[in-house]
Amino acid sequence: MSLALRVIPCLDVDGGRVVKGINFVDLVDAGDPVEMARVYDAQGADEITFLDITASSGDRETTYDVVRRTADQVFIPLTVGGGVRAVEDVNKLLRAGADKVAINTAALVNPHLISEIADQYGNQVLVLSVDARRRAGSLDDFEVTTHGGRTATGRDAIAWISEACRLGVGEILLNSMDADGTQRGYDLTLLKQARAVSSVPLIASGGAGSLEDFIPAAEAGADALLAASVFHFGKFSIRQVKETLAASGFEVRLTDGGL
Amino acid sequence: MLIAILDYGSGNLRSAQRALERTGAQVVITADYKTCLEAGGLVVPGVGAFAACMQGLISVRAGDIVDRRLAGGRPVLGICIGMQVLFASGNEHGTMTAGLGQWPGEVTELHADVLPHMGWNTIEAPKNSALFTGVENERFYFVHSYAVNTWDLREEGRLPSAQVTWATYGDRFVAAVENGPLTATQFHPEKSGDAGAHLLANWTRTL
Repeated sequence: MSLALRVIPCLDVDGGRVVKGINFVDLVDAGDPVEMARVYDAQGADEITFLDITASSGDRETTYDVVRRTADQVFIPLTVGGGVRAVEDVNKLLRAGADKVAINTAALVNPHLISEIADQYGNQVLVLSVDARRRAGSLDDFEVTTHGGRTATGRDAIAWISEACRLGVGEILLNSMDADGTQRGYDLTLLKQARAVSSVPLIASGGAGSLEDFIPAAEAGADALLAASVFHFGKFSIRQVKETLAASGFEVRLTDGGL
Repeated sequence: MLIAILDYGSGNLRSAQRALERTGAQVVITADYKTCLEAGGLVVPGVGAFAACMQGLISVRAGDIVDRRLAGGRPVLGICIGMQVLFASGNEHGTMTAGLGQWPGEVTELHADVLPHMGWNTIEAPKNSALFTGVENERFYFVHSYAVNTWDLREEGRLPSAQVTWATYGDRFVAAVENGPLTATQFHPEKSGDAGAHLLANWTRTL
């Protein structure tokens, strides 16, 4: 027995509400991120990730409130990303009840933000979110993008991951902008390249469409597998993913152990 | 029953508070010396670096509080770095920092390709562990890069001997200790779902 491969549902939250439609169970309020986090916890999620896409920074209080209410009711790790610009944002999220904070654009603008946060709170609180996309015409050359893939930075994604590990990030959330939304499987080429340079845990994100998609991503070296719409739309459950992984010999945490 | 969570500026304390409240306890987050001394149970949390945590602990006279509580047989629970600081010293990148010294042993970096050790791992609890009763076969949530991989406490007199629970990630390391009124876990029971809640209830029952 050893460390379990993690399965993580990701919820997009805007102004305190879950953005994409969710229609798999009879929920009291399918738009309430707290309610959704509870459902996923009950399904055996190993962590919950909230991506805050609230446009207006004036609405950040709503986000802290959602984090507080989630931490009050869900006793598995909670990662919150989106709109984190400064050390003080991290502090507020941790105090509200987040365990990890994901940063993306702000770290690209100022890489030293990574060391500042890690020095203050430890690297284990800091997840670097990387939105990577193949350069035009290339099969295996990835660059970092921002703004949901709309803006190319020109920066090499694998070099960025390597640098971020040196600067003190605690985990990498690697989102394939090519695979995202396609439901054709995780980007294994990207994953393998990232694994080769990453000294910290690696979360694969983007492209999960079937139960079988999770196995090659695990084989490619992902420590955790993140998905959104397949869970939200009830295509399959977190438990089914774990059973599929377990059948292929991967260690997972199954939560029906009499508790 | 009042439980005090020692507040010295360390990360997310809200989860620990709520998880303990689930066991039926009244829980305060405080650095008040007297409250911490007199509470039925004291939780010493901790995330981040050993040296930074020790600095914070010294500023609230945590060593004194823990010593006085233990002398009076009053329970203390250390979590994560809050467990590591109970050992003699921490070694981070060659820099040694003195711990609270309740137990011998040095906190050192785990030997693994991927650090931190992050996620749900199994544990090996001794058969007579009270803390793990009912959750011996469950997984708990770990987040750490450092650990203690020896247990050298010399047992004295007629005191019951310490119960040591182990886990493995790269190295085999101490995952939990039950030593009279002093209990500690390297993992986060407050983030370990139902298994963690069960374990915390096992602890609060002893208060």
